[in-house]
Amino acid sequence: MSENVDEIRAHIKLYWKIGAALMVLTVVTVAITFIDFSVPIAIFVALVVAATKGSLVASYFMHLIGERKWILGTLLLTVLFFLVLIFIPIMGHSDTYGRHVTVPNANAESPSEVAH
Amino acid sequence: MDIPYIVQERPDTGLTNVKLGIWLFLASEVMLFGGLFSTYILLRINAVDWPLGSDILNVPIGTFNTVVLISSSVTMVMCYAALKLDDLAGYKKYMAATIGLSVLFLGVKLYEYVDKFSHGDYPSGSTFLAIYFTLTGLHALHIVSGVVVNGYFLGPGAALWNTNKEQFINRIEAAGLYWHFVDLVWIFLFPVLYLL
Repeated sequence: MSENVDEIRAHIKLYWKIGAALMVLTVVTVAITFIDFSVPIAIFVALVVAATKGSLVASYFMHLIGERKWILGTLLLTVLFFLVLIFIPIMGHSDTYGRHVTVPNANAESPSEVAH
Repeated sequence: MDIPYIVQERPDTGLTNVKLGIWLFLASEVMLFGGLFSTYILLRINAVDWPLGSDILNVPIGTFNTVVLISSSVTMVMCYAALKLDDLAGYKKYMAATIGLSVLFLGVKLYEYVDKFSHGDYPSGSTFLAIYFTLTGLHALHIVSGVVVNGYFLGPGAALWNTNKEQFINRIEAAGLYWHFVDLVWIFLFPVLYLL
């Protein structure tokens, strides 16, 4: 127990404040859906608020602020792979701009079968 | 043979094996949920038509559950702080609150599922419902796991406090990291499924 009592009590106050901030941001997340944004902007704003809430949880509740480099390195690699995972479908979709493509239906006949 | 470095930090990493282990586990969890989020994006951008979540799901109930889960995250971090203050009674109070809030979250989720099923809305009904039930179902399974682990630490697992305080605090820190991760996943699931 390297931290002294005063430090821990200060952390407890901070945890309550972060909890309150998360509640307010939850209300903000819902409130912005009542604003008439276009879909891309609505998605962007909602994800920015969610990312802000997520960073508060990770930084303070999970103590990532001041964490050792081994943990931060592990997370950096994870974020890198996560972004690859997220952007693969988006890049795949971008390849199909200008062409009519739908999600494959396992029960549908292939175009060649229809032609015959 | 004793497991090394569960209380003392390893000289090379500066971390206990407990902490590095739980973070590596959480990294694998990020990839698990990341794969499903990626699936959601693929399905959505290729869909001819995609419903607005708020037209299908109950936003006030989803908001209430978000508040419940965030509250459980606050009580969980208080468990860790109470132990750091050498306050076992405070720890037990906060841990009981965490478990209570988790069960409340699951109860509300069950109500939502039953309501959907009663209206004939099953995962097979649409792509939206399929990804909704998959993502929230997997998340609920994580909550159940957390309740089991936290229940153990509130009950028989708390006996470790009498013999090795530092090791018990490390265990609660690891359980807390897992719990905050589950909260973090919901923070993204809620707007993606309910609001967009």
